Amino acid sequence: MARLDIEFCGIRSPNPFWLASAPPTDKAYNVERAFEAGWGGVVWKTLAEAGPPLVNVNGPRYGALLTADRSLIGFNNIELITDRDLDTNLEEIAAVKRRWPDRAVVVSLMVPCQEDSWKAILPRVEDTGCDGIELNFGCPHGMSERGMGSAVGQVPEYIRMVTAWCKRYTRMPVIVKLTPNITDIRFPARAAKEGGADAVSLINTINSIMGVDPDTLTMTPAVGGQGTHGGYCGPAVKPIALNMVAEIARDPQTAGMPISGIGGIGSWRDALEFIALGAGSIQVCTAAMVFGFKIVQDMVSGLSAYLDAKRLTSVEELRGRALPSVTDWSFLDLNRISKAVIDQEKCIACGRCHIACEDTAHQAITSTKNGRRHFEVKEEECVGCNLCVNVCPVTGCITLRDLAPGEIDRRTGIAVSARRLDWTAHPNNPLRTGV
Amino acid sequence: MTQKGAMSQQRRPDIRPGRLTAEDYAAHFADHVPPLTEAQAVLEASRCLYCFDAPCMQACPTRIDVPSFIKRIAEDNVRGAAEAILRANPLGGFCARDCPTEVLCEEVCVRNVQQGRPVAIGRLQRFAVDGLMASADNQIFERAPPSGRRVAVVGAGPAGLACAHALARSGHAVTLYDARPKAGGLNEYGVATYKTTDNYAQREVEWLLALGGITLQCGWTLASVEQFEALRREHDAVFLGLGLADTHQLDVAGETLTGVADAVDFISTLRQATDPGTVPVGRRVVVIGGGMTAVDAAVQSKLLGAERVDIVYRRGPEHMGASREEQELALTRGVIIQHWLAPLEVLGEGGSVRAVRFARQRLVGGRLAPTGEECVLEADMVLKAIGQRLGNSVLPECGVTLRDGRIAVDESGRTNVSGVWAGGDCIAEGQDLTVDAVAHGLRAARDIDLRLRGAGAPAAK
Repeated sequence: MARLDIEFCGIRSPNPFWLASAPPTDKAYNVERAFEAGWGGVVWKTLAEAGPPLVNVNGPRYGALLTADRSLIGFNNIELITDRDLDTNLEEIAAVKRRWPDRAVVVSLMVPCQEDSWKAILPRVEDTGCDGIELNFGCPHGMSERGMGSAVGQVPEYIRMVTAWCKRYTRMPVIVKLTPNITDIRFPARAAKEGGADAVSLINTINSIMGVDPDTLTMTPAVGGQGTHGGYCGPAVKPIALNMVAEIARDPQTAGMPISGIGGIGSWRDALEFIALGAGSIQVCTAAMVFGFKIVQDMVSGLSAYLDAKRLTSVEELRGRALPSVTDWSFLDLNRISKAVIDQEKCIACGRCHIACEDTAHQAITSTKNGRRHFEVKEEECVGCNLCVNVCPVTGCITLRDLAPGEIDRRTGIAVSARRLDWTAHPNNPLRTGV
Repeated sequence: MTQKGAMSQQRRPDIRPGRLTAEDYAAHFADHVPPLTEAQAVLEASRCLYCFDAPCMQACPTRIDVPSFIKRIAEDNVRGAAEAILRANPLGGFCARDCPTEVLCEEVCVRNVQQGRPVAIGRLQRFAVDGLMASADNQIFERAPPSGRRVAVVGAGPAGLACAHALARSGHAVTLYDARPKAGGLNEYGVATYKTTDNYAQREVEWLLALGGITLQCGWTLASVEQFEALRREHDAVFLGLGLADTHQLDVAGETLTGVADAVDFISTLRQATDPGTVPVGRRVVVIGGGMTAVDAAVQSKLLGAERVDIVYRRGPEHMGASREEQELALTRGVIIQHWLAPLEVLGEGGSVRAVRFARQRLVGGRLAPTGEECVLEADMVLKAIGQRLGNSVLPECGVTLRDGRIAVDESGRTNVSGVWAGGDCIAEGQDLTVDAVAHGLRAARDIDLRLRGAGAPAAK
């Protein structure tokens, strides 16, 4: 059996699955239930500085994008950081950590961008015995209007500055949680590293409006007839998160820095993808909010079986294994040729591939043959774009076939070259460098 | 299976109404396919793949754009969905209830191949049309400006209704004649009660007539050459959607005994009854025939409380006009289906039926031949469902050419008589389906409209 336990920037946990800083980790009651269910760790819902607690709206805090059978694709929230008293949170954190010494307890923090504020709260957090802190530079709603959350995460200089303060005033591992509401994730990640961060976690949620009520013409979700942009998460954001994780993992300036992967993770396969692209721990929120804490058992089961099947002995062995497959467009091999193939045994003749290709791509799929309904790839037109594969409702019915070197590409009439050729060396590139 | 009757002298035919409680009748004659809820409809709609050149659309005689109407249901646009249906088939609400979708649109649904279950197109179609009908403003059609042309439509069944509606939309003034007290034809008088509950056929007729431009005249029968010539004289075009007025007979002894009836009359009586409990039914019923009429009569006999109901058909299950689903419906309602039996004689006692004697059949060189074996089925009531025929002797006198006993038409629905079109069950290609009749009516209406506007004139939208 492969080992699922991890050590992430000095923090140990029995499995890589942590609950992200969010409503599920708001208080001891929830966190106790999570640990009983088997979660390896939690990032406690973000604490604010001492003083009167924050006030949340008491109307809809969440909105969702659903399928016809009400499966949740995307999720959005406008809940703020903790609205509970600081002392209460700290007491509960200390108690929970004492009861669950083998689990990771990381505390998320958000206080104003003043050195004194951080200097004041850090020792108190450290006194709880928690394993580390996560700096919430990602929350995109509410707190950002007060100069915190993503307002910090969008300015690399602030990230560097606050991270450095934290490293100065605590010996705990510092994880910097990044906002995706930026143009290039590498800059905030570099700033975190320069500030001395032990790790980054990403992504936080994405600015979003879930929709408009067609009857009232009010945006949703709305409180008393008005709403505000919330943070978007859930399955729909996973591709965005995966890209950002990979960008940081393969950036020479941040490569090797531990990454806690967050964003649309609900199954062991999602977790596998984040780990293979460089994540060392996994954080989950939306899936738990939809299905409850028990899902961690299914994720543990799946990941464990996968590692065993692949003869990998630990999560660490899987980490970053897919990273070499990620590169810039410029380095893609322009000599590789693929053609779509439709398995006539599996084809149910819905014709979606045909109409998609005919109307919007390369007119490379027939609709009839000898006067009968028949869908077949015209290799002389096919550019291997994969659109038909994606719109086909039958798993495995349409696949892409790579042409072997020497085989004639019927579209161009040219034999496929065995030689690799990317844009940097392509004869059509006036700025080509290679040969 | 043979029931040799040892008849006692005291035996009387047991045919009577009120065999069941009011609750039983209500349950038995409720919608046999209940309407989809909104949640069910949206979920089912999401199964549609929006096929290119969709096979379901091709399988529909009226070419309803099924993927579009289903997508509109999924997108919470029920009015738009109903519009897509009704523009292609103004009787789409009835067809949604009556069509044997299992041998039409749903038979060719690609989900059969992938998931073993088609999208429930018929039920979705009903959801859309019912949704429109229940809305405050349920008219979606506007009449074109009056053309000044007059058209006579004879027969207010599905063919005539569809034709009249399309012509009225095009701005023509239509007079719609029917022999019966109510319009609707077989939709009103011939389809099983549990397929069209809540007086749906009449509600649909009212909706169709609410378009305007159609004058309904009931109780009018085409019975003379003079009437026919007057119709032609007084109108710019005539459409014949007469249906089939007569039934085939068994031509065996005992056919006139009390208790022997036409299945279509039994079905019609039940449809017109406000309370099914008032409709008499035999304790033991034998239905002779193998089509949908036989199934409708047999199932409803059972629902009315008959103890034993047999459908007896002279050929095998694969030859039956009733679809496999219809046969299964009968079987699950407790009807016994017997094959390879042809009636020899209806046996009577005191002027009433008591049994039917059958000769077992087999195929010899592709033709039916008796095996020599016979059997007798006891019966209090015998319903004949062996097909219908035109039953209008005036038409040949009017010069209308018949083929195989029905009106011959060309691919546009034209008869040999100038200015006279025909469609529905009364034409040679009639197939006993509401949706086919609608398609015939619409086809003729298109041709009539083109003719009345003059060749080359644009057809009305």
